[in-house]
Amino acid sequence: MDWKTLTTTLFGSADGLALDGDFLHGEVEFDGAPLTVVGTTNHAPIGVKLALAQARAVLDTVARHPGRPLLLLIDTQGQQLRRRDELLGINRAMAHLGMTIDLARRRGHRVLGLVYDQALSGGFITSGLIADACDALPEAEIRVMRIPAMSRVTKLPEEMLTALSQSNPVFAPGVDNYVAMGGVRRLWTGDLRDALRQALADAPADDRRAIDGAERGGRRLSAGVTQRVLDAA
Amino acid sequence: MTQERLISYAECSARERLALLLDPGSFHEWLPPRDRVTSPHLAQLGVPSAFDDGVAVGRAALDGRPVFVAAQEGAFMGGGVGEVHGAKLVGLLRRALRERPAAVLLLLDSGGVRLHEANAGLIAVSEVMRAVLDARDAGIPVIALIGAANGCFGGMGIVARCTDFVVMSDLGRLAMSGPEVIEASHGVEEFDARDRALVWRTSGGKHRWLSGDCDALVEDDAAAFRQAAIAAMAALPASRPVTLDALEAEHALLSNRLALLEGTVADAGGDDALTLWTRLGVADASRIPDLEVADVVSLRPASFGTSQA
Repeated sequence: MDWKTLTTTLFGSADGLALDGDFLHGEVEFDGAPLTVVGTTNHAPIGVKLALAQARAVLDTVARHPGRPLLLLIDTQGQQLRRRDELLGINRAMAHLGMTIDLARRRGHRVLGLVYDQALSGGFITSGLIADACDALPEAEIRVMRIPAMSRVTKLPEEMLTALSQSNPVFAPGVDNYVAMGGVRRLWTGDLRDALRQALADAPADDRRAIDGAERGGRRLSAGVTQRVLDAA
Repeated sequence: MTQERLISYAECSARERLALLLDPGSFHEWLPPRDRVTSPHLAQLGVPSAFDDGVAVGRAALDGRPVFVAAQEGAFMGGGVGEVHGAKLVGLLRRALRERPAAVLLLLDSGGVRLHEANAGLIAVSEVMRAVLDARDAGIPVIALIGAANGCFGGMGIVARCTDFVVMSDLGRLAMSGPEVIEASHGVEEFDARDRALVWRTSGGKHRWLSGDCDALVEDDAAAFRQAAIAAMAALPASRPVTLDALEAEHALLSNRLALLEGTVADAGGDDALTLWTRLGVADASRIPDLEVADVVSLRPASFGTSQA
């Protein structure tokens, strides 16, 4: 779904929102309360500049509007693959973005990620995956790598990966797999406004993704291994 | 300078690093190899697994003080983070909340997410990131050490910059995407992955020191890493608080750096480290690659702090 259709459906209009290049930001009203929107469009690659632009919007919300909820609208092809960005410390800029979101959470802002189009690897770790909760539209796409590329890198046959991906969500792209693994809390089916209302109301404060992954059967080991380290003599 | 022979930190295995870094005999491992906590996903693929899934975690002493420590093994899957590997790191960091060691040391050696179990690895890295920030929020310092052969890339490059303090050797590399990935994506003109000098001045320890991305720069020597870790702990009685002011300062630093290269032309070397170092105020930047570590240490712009710890 394109961002304008999405935000118009959610907020009645996209009037409070501005697009600077691929950077989407602004303030809207939902159920009579203000909400900050920070996100990207057009499958944007996240480079230093775009990471900083998003961090700026989060910091401004924390500074000026204590407690105001943040909605992260995610559509990215992943991190910018350029030497200039590496030289400038893209990993540090992305850590900074993640830490601004984490600060907002700790200071009592509810922070909700929504993958409305596409989410990949580096662009996702410091947005939706560090929010209180990350949801997705059913038609969204989430992955680290497509199966053919995964086959090339791992030197494993494509047919084998495709076959295994039917039974094991860790191998295959797909939003359902991320739900099964607990990385995405739930999909927004039905009325989008109801879904947002619900998402804001029950965003967890703790990181319970590993527990969700175990309960849903998509990531069976993570929570247990963590617990074993906690319990080890 | 002592006459003792240096032991290359880069060439050590994860367990050799632990033995040389920590007080002798003090490392007590949780989920050690004899417990055989392995990746079921690799087994499904018919790929050999490791009995520690490529990371050793436990408690130890450093200079007599209690620490928690994790060491990634780059020889196994390039130090890639899979489901079990990531869960062990999360367990270590959560246990630190309960037992409050003087610090958590992360001996990083990782290409990032393990692509054989990519989806689980990606989520796991984000869980590690949150666990690091939880430890810091509880006041427990987290220190990253980067000087192993695989460097510190991908999601682990982000995790490293979420810690309090980063120690690097000049052989260490800290970045997001590896040069091979960038070359494959945008061509050899964008990044020639075989040009070692270019790779190191883009992501290596000297560059990260001069640009303020690491907090200590040391020789490729296990004893030097030990000394730097001890000094880092002395400098950090508690974690540096992640406050709005601290993040505003970080934002200003990163924005200023971005502005230094704004509008520069790649063909004219405008996106090369030499240009950035010069604009950061490093005199005679072209000699940096040939200088010894001790000489580079003193050349860092004063705005990033001149002390090592």
